[in-house]
Amino acid sequence: MHKYKIALAGNPNVGKSTVFNALTGLHQHTGNWPGKTVENAVGSFFYHDNEYTIYDLPGTYSLLSHSEEEEIARNFLCFEKPELVIVVCDATSLERNLSFVLQVKEIHSNVLVCVNLLDEAKKKKIEINLSKLSELLNTPVVGISARKKEGFDELLNTIESLCLTPNEEYFELSYGKEIEYAVSIIENEWNQYYDKYKRSHYFCLQLLDDTELKHTIYEKYPIPNIEKAVQKAKGYLFLKKIDWKEIIAEQFIKNSEMISKEVITYKKGNIFEKEKKLDQILTSKKYGFPIMILLLILIFWITIEFANIPSNLLFSFFQILGEYLSKSLSFLPRWLHELLFSGIYKTLTWVVSVMLPPMAIFFPLFTLLEDFGYLPRIAFNLDYYFQKCKACGKQALTMCMGFGCNAVGVTGARIIDSKRERLMAIITNVFVPCNGRFPTIVALITMFFVGFSNDFFSSIYSTFLLCIVILLGVFLTFFISFILSKTVLKGIPSSFTLELPHYRSPQYKKVLIRSILDRTLFVLGRAVVVAIPAGLIIWLFANFKIGNNSLLIHVSNFIDPFGKLIGLDGIILLSFLLGFPANEIVFPIMIMAYMQTGSIAEFSDLSMLKELLIKNGWTSITAVCTILFCLVHFPCSTTLLTIKKETGSFKWTMLSFLIPTLCGVLLCFITSSFLRLFS
Amino acid sequence: MNLSELEIGEKGIISKIELEGMMKRRILDLGFIKGTKVECVLKSPLKDLKAYLIRGSVFALRKEEAEKIEIRVNHYA
Ligand SMILES: Nc1nc2c(ncn2[C@@H]2O[C@H](COP(=O)(O)OP(=O)(O)O)[C@@H](O)[C@H]2O)c(=O)[nH]1
Ligand SMILES: [Mg+2]
Repeated sequence: MHKYKIALAGNPNVGKSTVFNALTGLHQHTGNWPGKTVENAVGSFFYHDNEYTIYDLPGTYSLLSHSEEEEIARNFLCFEKPELVIVVCDATSLERNLSFVLQVKEIHSNVLVCVNLLDEAKKKKIEINLSKLSELLNTPVVGISARKKEGFDELLNTIESLCLTPNEEYFELSYGKEIEYAVSIIENEWNQYYDKYKRSHYFCLQLLDDTELKHTIYEKYPIPNIEKAVQKAKGYLFLKKIDWKEIIAEQFIKNSEMISKEVITYKKGNIFEKEKKLDQILTSKKYGFPIMILLLILIFWITIEFANIPSNLLFSFFQILGEYLSKSLSFLPRWLHELLFSGIYKTLTWVVSVMLPPMAIFFPLFTLLEDFGYLPRIAFNLDYYFQKCKACGKQALTMCMGFGCNAVGVTGARIIDSKRERLMAIITNVFVPCNGRFPTIVALITMFFVGFSNDFFSSIYSTFLLCIVILLGVFLTFFISFILSKTVLKGIPSSFTLELPHYRSPQYKKVLIRSILDRTLFVLGRAVVVAIPAGLIIWLFANFKIGNNSLLIHVSNFIDPFGKLIGLDGIILLSFLLGFPANEIVFPIMIMAYMQTGSIAEFSDLSMLKELLIKNGWTSITAVCTILFCLVHFPCSTTLLTIKKETGSFKWTMLSFLIPTLCGVLLCFITSSFLRLFS
Repeated sequence: MNLSELEIGEKGIISKIELEGMMKRRILDLGFIKGTKVECVLKSPLKDLKAYLIRGSVFALRKEEAEKIEIRVNHYA
C-alpha cells in the first residue's frame, strides 16, 4: 500500500470543496460565493488499496497576489511537495481559471486539470473540447459535474495513474529574451547554493517580480548575495525600458486567452443575457433594496410561522419521555435523581426544543440563497454604506456567515485584505445574531409580542419585529465600524475586487436534508457538550444553601440592582454570564434558575414558559431589554478565542469583548428608561 | 476615457492601467490587461460600485479603482 499526498487547488468558488467532500465523504462548507474555505481542510480516501491524503486549499485567483487565505494555498503549492496537484476549474468561466492552471503548471509537472460544473456549462450552452485542452496544456484533463458525482470514475482512475506514473512535463511560458536574461542573473547566484531544478527558475522569477512570495523564498532559501543580483537584474530591465511586472502577469492571461479560443465554443450568442437581466433587477436602484428586505422578511416569516409547531411537539415529547425515564430510574438516590432530571435532562431538552426548530427551518432557506449565488449581490448592494464607514464591502459576506456562527464569521474575515478593515469586520461580527441567539430572540418575540394564536397577522407582526431587531444589528455594525474608523482604526478604505459568480441552481433536496441533519447534529452536539455541565452547575447553584437562601439567590440578588437598572434582572444577567461558553444555553439557564427559585411546574409549551417569566416579574420592557441584550453583548468564549487566534492580539480581543458589552448595557439602559417613562 | 465612465451595456478596450502595487497585481491577475474587452454590466443601487464582464466573469470595482483604468471605446464591438 502506498500513501499519496494530493492538493486540491483552483480559483474560488469552482467546486473544490464539493469535489473534496465527494472524494472523502466529509462535509466541508460549500456555497456559491468566493471565500468560503479560508483554511486547509484535510481528508483521505482509499482507492485500489492505496491511500490518498487530500488537501482542500482555499481558493486563489493567482499565485502572485497576497490575501491571507491565498497565502495559505500558495505556500502549500510552492513549498510542500504534493505528489499530485488537482486544479479544479469552472467550465462556465474557464478562461479565467486557465491562467491559474498555467501558473501551477509552471511549478508542478504532475497536474491534473479537473473541469467541473459541466452540467452548468451545458445549461449555459458552453462546450469545451477536453482532449484539445489536455493536448495544449500538456497535462491530463478530466471533465466532471461534482455535485452529481458525474465523471468520478475517470477522475479516480486518472488520479491513480498520475500518482503511479507522474507526468514530468511542465508548461513553458516565455517571457521574452530580456526577462529571461535578467532571471539568469539571479539564477547564477542561486545555483551556487542550491541544486538547479525547475522550481529555482520559478523562484528567481518571483524574486525579480517582487511578489509576496519573495519573503518566504528568502526565508527558506537564504543566499547571501541574492539581493544584489536581484537589483542588478532589475537595473538591466530598467535600462531596457521593460515593464517586466506587467509582462509577467500578462503572459498567463494571454496564453489562457489563446487556449480558450481553441477549446471553448459558445453555442448560442448571449449566454449570459438572462443572468444579466436578473442581476440588473436584483441590484437596481428601484428594486435592489426592496427585494433584499422582502427576502429577509420572507425567510424570517417562514421560520417563525413554522417553528412553533415542532417546538411544541418536541416539548411534549421530551416531557413524556422524561416522565417515563424518571419513573424507571426512581430507584436512584433522591439527590442524584433530581440532579439528573431537574438539572441535566431539562436543560438539555429545552435547548433542543427551543433552539432546534428555528434553526432547522432558517438554515436550509439561507443555504438556498447562498447556493443560488445571492450573497455576493448583497455585498454589491451594501458596499456604499461600508465605504462610508471606511470598511470593506466584503464585510457583508462575513456578516452573513455570522448568522451561522460568529466564530466562523470571524475566521471568514480573512477574505478581507486590509488588516484595518478585517479588524472592523471581526469586532462587529457579533452584532449579527448567531444560531445560538437567533432562536432565543424568536422565542421571546413570539411569547411577549405576538401571542400564540397561529393566525396570519400575528406571524407577520413577529416577523416585522424580528426584522427590526436584525436591522438594528446591521445598523450597529455600520455605526460601530464608523466609530472605529474615526478612532482606533483610522485609515482610508482600501481597494478591493468582488466577484459576482454566475448563478447556479441550488440542489433543493440535498440542501434540505443536509442542513437539517447537520444542524440537528450540531445543535444536539452542542447541547450535550455545554448544556449538561451548565444544567449541572445551575442545579448545584440552586441547591447549595448558604444561610436560608441558595447560592443562586445570593448571587442573583447581588447583581439584581444593576440588572434592574438596565431593564433586566439578576437572574437574566447571571444567565448571560453563565452562558458565556455558548449562547444557546442562556435562555434555558434563565428558565432553570427561575424554576429553582420557587414555583416549580412542568412545562409543555412556550405559553407556559411565558407564565413562569411573568410570575418572576417580567414585563414587556424586560422582554425588550432581554432581546436587545441578547443581540448586543460580549461574544461567546469560542468566538473570543477565535478572535484571539485571528488577530493574535490581546488588545483587539479585549476590545471585541468590551465594545459590544458596553453597547448592550447602554442600549438596554436607554431603552428601559425611555420605555418606563411611558408605562 | 476611463472604466468608471462606462454605463451599463457599454463596452470598451483596456488601454492602460494606472493602478499601483498590490491592486495592480490583483487587477492584472483577474485578466484586466491591455487589449482586453470589458463591458459594464451592473451598477450598485447607490452607484459606488460597477460590475464589469471580463473574460466571461463578472467583477465589481469601486469608482476609485475603475478611474485608474484607461479604456478606448470600441464602436464596433
Ligand atoms: N450545478 C453545479 N453546481 C456545483 C457543482 N460543483 C459545485 N457546485 C456548486 O458550486 C458552489 C461552489 O462550490 P464549492 O465546493 O463551495 O467551491 P469552492 O469554493 O471551490 O470550494 C456550491 O454552491 C456548489 O453546490 C456542479 O458540478 N454542478
Ligand atoms: Mg471551498
